[in-house]
Amino acid sequence: MSASAADRVVVVGASLAGLRTAESLRQNGFTGRLTLIGDEPHEPYDRPPLSKAVLSGRLSTDQVRLPRACDLYADWLLDVSATGLDLAAREVRLADGRGVGFDRVVIATGSAARPWSDPVEGSLRGVHLLRGRDDADRLRADLAELAGFAGESGRVLVIGGGFTGSEVASSCRNLGLSVTVTQRGTAPLASALGEVVGGAIGARQCAHGVDLRVHTTVRRLVGDAFGRLRQARLSDGTVLDVRVAVVATGSVRNTGWLRGSGLVADARGVSCDSACRALDAERRVVAGVYVAGDVARWRHPRFDTGPLSFEHWGNAIDQAETVAHNIMSGRVRENDALPAFWSDQFGLNIKSVGLPGCADQVVLSQGSFEHGPFVAAYGRAGVTVGAVAVNSPRVLDGYAALITERAPFPPAVNATDSLGPPVPLDARFPHPARELVSASIPKGQS
Amino acid sequence: MRIVVDLNRCQSYGQCVFAAPEVFRFRGEESLEYDHVPGPASAAAVRRAALACPVQAITLGASAEQIPLPAAAHR
Repeated sequence: MSASAADRVVVVGASLAGLRTAESLRQNGFTGRLTLIGDEPHEPYDRPPLSKAVLSGRLSTDQVRLPRACDLYADWLLDVSATGLDLAAREVRLADGRGVGFDRVVIATGSAARPWSDPVEGSLRGVHLLRGRDDADRLRADLAELAGFAGESGRVLVIGGGFTGSEVASSCRNLGLSVTVTQRGTAPLASALGEVVGGAIGARQCAHGVDLRVHTTVRRLVGDAFGRLRQARLSDGTVLDVRVAVVATGSVRNTGWLRGSGLVADARGVSCDSACRALDAERRVVAGVYVAGDVARWRHPRFDTGPLSFEHWGNAIDQAETVAHNIMSGRVRENDALPAFWSDQFGLNIKSVGLPGCADQVVLSQGSFEHGPFVAAYGRAGVTVGAVAVNSPRVLDGYAALITERAPFPPAVNATDSLGPPVPLDARFPHPARELVSASIPKGQS
Repeated sequence: MRIVVDLNRCQSYGQCVFAAPEVFRFRGEESLEYDHVPGPASAAAVRRAALACPVQAITLGASAEQIPLPAAAHR
């Protein structure tokens, strides 16, 4: 049933997914009461630039505030966390004791940087996480101070070579800082792109002067008597003198406030269907409860995998628009947009479409892993499921079409920069397909 | 004014960089970077940039609504 003017919609989470849901509701004609709840004291802003232009000092955090596509006529409850969801009472509980009633609720609370395993070490001054704009301002200040010194005191330790870690390392090099990146596995970016492509990008990171330590973890972060980071002890036996470390070891979905709500929620996300409707433990749709953005855990209808969360800018937009449509329309729509994301680092524009992470094989489709632009296509069980383009942003639409039509893998591309017949390689993803295989999903569920 | 660029959609044609170089720029060969909150002096150029984008990746804000911020944001 579609929403009426008498309805009250509460959106929990005031970042990209929450904002876009609110905009899209108004654009779809919703005239009822609309409330946005956000735990940061800021209006919605764009996160991708934080690790890049903001850390490098080219943009301030005020210069990444998001526009609004229309007037929202919303009640904004900012700088306050949601602490509970009472579905029987139709109420969101807030940390300050207030309750906010709703007819429909949208869960868009996103994710948080995974904290360092040792809370004492993690609270040393100079040890940073990077998720929000306040994090970026604090880290930016420390990096700018370091860049003011010369020599070995200017080394930054980045723990984790995923996208955030790699982009932070790139920004450090832009500032002229030495940087060491530790990566537990064989290659940076491997959980998203596999070790073949991750290794190719890792080689280019090294060419930009990054001290990349693969198969290496940080055993201890050591502070001085004033609680200031001084040393990092690595698993390869190295002791680094560092004043700044960035913990970039992934993220956890913000679902603690949903404990006891009856929804299926944990650090991996809130279970929902491909129409962004929350599911209960029996996988039944929970009336009036929607999920959008990083926090949503769902099975993408185009891929034969288990439920996943997509921590991508585009997924927040796509799901927000799906939620607004499904609140306003009697005809339920599923979100089947192809996943896509980008990263900018070390002069490389990396764009991905489809779901490389579920692939078993990869093929160099255009260009060269060693120099210049390249495109890698990913396949799973003989079907093209993803593509990653490095400094080739204009070719991806063609690959998106191949993925959409489930073209055979390796795909026939016949580009002028393709090198002879394609040679598929094991894509070498460190996460086993355990996370991704559909065998873990009960049969008969949609 | 406020803008946002869908960098999934962006294919780095660079028309925006020609139209409003004070707002849009490339880092490296293909990575677009831009100020989300360009000043009023850039408004006409940014509108031209949005019109010129071959993939229509630039969204201009269409609201002057003020969001009431808690005092902490003004620290």
